[in-house]
Amino acid sequence: MTDYQAALLGGGIIGVATSSLLLFNGRVTGISGIVGSALSKNFSENLWRYIFLIGLISGGAFMKVFFPEYFSYEFNFSYFKTIIAGLFVGIGTRLGSGCTSGHGVCGLPRLSIRSLVATLTFMFFGILTVYIEGIR
Amino acid sequence: MSLLVSFLVGFVFSIGLVISGMTNPNKVIGFLDVFGSWDGSLIFVMGGAVLFNLVSFFIILKKSKPIFSKNFFLPISKNVDGKLLVGSSLFGIGWGITGICPGPAFANIVLAGPKVFTFLGFMVLGMLMVKIYEKNNRV
Repeated sequence: MTDYQAALLGGGIIGVATSSLLLFNGRVTGISGIVGSALSKNFSENLWRYIFLIGLISGGAFMKVFFPEYFSYEFNFSYFKTIIAGLFVGIGTRLGSGCTSGHGVCGLPRLSIRSLVATLTFMFFGILTVYIEGIR
Repeated sequence: MSLLVSFLVGFVFSIGLVISGMTNPNKVIGFLDVFGSWDGSLIFVMGGAVLFNLVSFFIILKKSKPIFSKNFFLPISKNVDGKLLVGSSLFGIGWGITGICPGPAFANIVLAGPKVFTFLGFMVLGMLMVKIYEKNNRV
């Protein structure tokens, strides 16, 4: 399988998963939204969010056990970058009400203008950041 | 039943992320490196998912309600405001620094490396900061 085929297959699987959550539970699959909401103290209302996140971690674990070749990479960035990136992603996704999944995968198909603007914005700044790191 | 769906969707979503290459931060950086040695393959992840959902969401949202729930829970805000722009910009910068966005951060927990937990810890801290800020500055 080439990288392109793998990307398309993975994207299709993500489409099936996010469509299923909407079809069965009526929810949009936005990871940052799910994490952000799960931080509030309302156990019964947030139960599905905890269970979703456990599923998310379990899916990674399943792949690690049966297809470990998918995890043959390392995190080459420093702890300093890890901390700054974590903070920016946390603050940014809550202020912007979504990330790659909520705005990109689920927002664009709903033809949401907000999600289109958000997706173009974070793509632009992602590309800009990598560019600046490259010329530095 | 809806809780089982939540688990399965999280599980399958994560498998999709891993297969697609989105969990590999070096690959994501390569995808964002448009002016360098660009690896465009990841465009098919969002592209594939969006095309699939474009059709399926259209059909699903024609239904009066979801199968296991009383109603659909869709974002209601329609305004493109400064908050959306600033937030998405910060997220883009954070994403570009390491190549990790929230979904892959969770899928990568199995690596059990200290950097995954550092990233997740500070991501949650950032989210809490926004929460506290908004609580103290209610409009």
